[in-house]
Amino acid sequence: MTTAFSLRAAAPATAPCAGVRSTSAARVVPVSAAPAGRGRMVARAAVAAKADAPSSAVAGKSDGHEVLLFEALREALIEEMKLDPTVCVFGEDVGHYGGSYKVTKGLADMFGDLRVLDTPIAENSFTGMGVGAGMKGLRPVVEGMNMGFLLLAYNQISNNCGMLHYTSGGQFKIPVVIRGPGGVGRQLGAEHSQRLESYFQSIPGLQMVACSTPYNAKGLMKAAIRSENPVVLFEHVLLYNLKEKIPDEEYVLCLEEAEMVRPGVHVTILTYSRMRYHVMQAAKTLVNKGYDPEVIDIRSLKPFDLHTIGNSIKKTHRVLIVEECMRTGGIGASLRSAIIDNFWDYLDAPIMCLSSQDVPTPYAATLEDATVVQPAQIVAAVEQICQ
Amino acid sequence: MAALWLARASSQLARRAARRLPGRHGSGEPTSPWFLGAVPPPALGSPAVETSRRGFCSVRRFAGESSAAAAVDEEPENGFVASDQQAVDFPGGKVSFVAEMNFLPDSMKERINCYLVLDDDGRTISGSRFQEVSKELALKMYSEMVTLQIMDTIFYEAQRQGRISFYLTSNGEEAINIASAAALSMDDIVLPQYREPGVLLWRGFTLQEFANQCFGNKLDYGKGRQMPIHYGSNRLNYFTVSSPIATQLPHAVGAAYSLKMNKKDACAITYFGDGGTSEGDFHAALNFAAVMEAPVIFFCRNNGWAISTPTTEQFRSDGVVIRGQAYGIRGIRVDGNDALAVYSAVHAAREMAITEGRPILVEALTYRVGHHSTSDDSTKYRPVDEIEHWRTARDPISRYRKWVQGNDWWSDAEESELRSRVRKELLQAIQVAERMPKPPVTELFTDVYDKIPSNLREQEQLLRDTIMKHPVDYPTDVPV
Repeated sequence: MTTAFSLRAAAPATAPCAGVRSTSAARVVPVSAAPAGRGRMVARAAVAAKADAPSSAVAGKSDGHEVLLFEALREALIEEMKLDPTVCVFGEDVGHYGGSYKVTKGLADMFGDLRVLDTPIAENSFTGMGVGAGMKGLRPVVEGMNMGFLLLAYNQISNNCGMLHYTSGGQFKIPVVIRGPGGVGRQLGAEHSQRLESYFQSIPGLQMVACSTPYNAKGLMKAAIRSENPVVLFEHVLLYNLKEKIPDEEYVLCLEEAEMVRPGVHVTILTYSRMRYHVMQAAKTLVNKGYDPEVIDIRSLKPFDLHTIGNSIKKTHRVLIVEECMRTGGIGASLRSAIIDNFWDYLDAPIMCLSSQDVPTPYAATLEDATVVQPAQIVAAVEQICQ
Repeated sequence: MAALWLARASSQLARRAARRLPGRHGSGEPTSPWFLGAVPPPALGSPAVETSRRGFCSVRRFAGESSAAAAVDEEPENGFVASDQQAVDFPGGKVSFVAEMNFLPDSMKERINCYLVLDDDGRTISGSRFQEVSKELALKMYSEMVTLQIMDTIFYEAQRQGRISFYLTSNGEEAINIASAAALSMDDIVLPQYREPGVLLWRGFTLQEFANQCFGNKLDYGKGRQMPIHYGSNRLNYFTVSSPIATQLPHAVGAAYSLKMNKKDACAITYFGDGGTSEGDFHAALNFAAVMEAPVIFFCRNNGWAISTPTTEQFRSDGVVIRGQAYGIRGIRVDGNDALAVYSAVHAAREMAITEGRPILVEALTYRVGHHSTSDDSTKYRPVDEIEHWRTARDPISRYRKWVQGNDWWSDAEESELRSRVRKELLQAIQVAERMPKPPVTELFTDVYDKIPSNLREQEQLLRDTIMKHPVDYPTDVPV
């Protein structure tokens, strides 16, 4: 029975990107307009990963090739820059230096100094430059050398990126991608260990995604570039050297979709970015102890994929959120609130959330490890929830 | 030290450096890391520089093989002049040194001169050189200046009557608005601060369109989402006004970058006030534009006041034009109340920006005759007679009118006809705009993204349900 104020009924009935398939042949696949109530319109040529099966990286006929995560990002950039001459890259040391994490290595040689632009050190201004270029029809990919530095660009990101499409009445669009490494690294100090997703999540008009594997890094980067909206792509400093075999054929992922990492029945563990690996490590221990956790990498931080998450909660009735954000105002806090709004009746236990403490990240390795959620804590939390 | 630099240099740079290791040094000369003073940037105006500056960069630190531009190698073979003890290499180029310690003065002895064409009586100053205007163009400029002035008066009154919530005039800056717009082409991209509606007026935005935006009705191109005077028109290449100061400067560099990428025969122009030059974005945008050789005109309306802050409290430099040099940008100071001077300066600036692929800084000196906005009463912080003086004796419109009338191109009869016609048209436009319905509630949720997402659709439904349930608490004239 739904009243006018029942929000449960309003959760998306279908998966985001439902009904859209990718083809490796055509780049531009006409996407059927989403009729009202079917969920969000998708990027062109998006792949619909089935929500109930584990996403497999190599599904195609060919063998695929092994890449490191930063190489996957680079492949995506190269492919998109070849396909679309309006795609360009701005950032500090992205040109011939190749980027501080080598994501843009070789791009300047391939596409020239103008399309792969080294900027002076002024984050607010090169982000603003990206906004201006976007408003004039280009598709800039703006790199922050470290996500934390993009705090200097907050004004341009919030007041302009997020807003100008709206305040101009739809006259100007800002299809920029803002990306960079963030998260807690190895003793990088507080200023280089920021989790900007918590600061940006309120900004209307932005989309946020976090990649965690070479496969989803490439797919999300391509989707972000093709999106007409400003997208913030969160990479993690410690994940750049992950190795995985990815398909040789072209693929693009859906920005708004979560990824089923491990199906299960006892508890839904929601996580993203680096914490996915801590969760999977904990999952091994949990399996040995007889638990069957369902692990979902939410990937889309804004908006949340409530369809995938909802289906999981309806099955397991217990939720654990594992994040790297601070306790206060983090992604976990918002996710908890969204789950309570939409799936309250399906919960058999209070939602647990493991996050970092509300402290700046210390330098000392032992202290730093203590601020990041560790597998042991995850195991303990699952045991507690499943009592 | 050398090892440290070598470790940091790219492999390309190191290879290039290795090719040029000198056989000998000048005697007594310390072994400085000379190879990092690799290709020095050409001095501005240096006659030796032949490089076309339409290429991306005349000079690159890293000389990649596919680098689009020709990297001009001006350096002598062995790195520095062996026998000349007076010059030494550092990153950035050769520099002479002196034995005496000498601090640069904080200011030059004299202020930078101001370009002027018309005197206060509307006569061209003898010997002045300016860009000629046809009678047709001159009259169009004049009538648009008058239209802008009347528009400001009437909309200001409308705000005082409570019919619109806010307004901001360009009193005293009509010459800046119209004359600069007249010197541009429609392909040039305009990124305004907020005191430049005249540029939009020049380009063809109608009085009705201005009124629609101020009233935020359903015909407003901004769909009622922005405060009054935050105009924007994609069609007329006028970027939507964004209130925060100077954020449009980096946008302008980005827009110029896109013009450069597409090799368009056009430039970007961005306007800002004296206050805006204190923002970080000003400095970074000028710096970027210089480094990237972007075709952008930075037009500063130095009107003496940033709300209540006079320029003496805004900066200590000789105004704004002097700062161009700090970034390697050509600049000019011009009398902003002289329509012909503004027109000529922008015309020349545009020419340079496009053909030479460089940014130009124009500082137009003027005075903000009106209050900062309808939320301000400037008599609180400046003398009334000062305002009066600028409103009358230094009025740009009267001055230009004298010139136009002096050419026998305009008469008093035409003057009163113009004024009454514009006034009538404006009052009519306001009436129409006021009666036009406001945008429907749907428009609250569209354009946040390209397609409305499910969570916003939920929120819209919730709002609609609430309005239906409590109709007395919501305005009746907003369609649900």
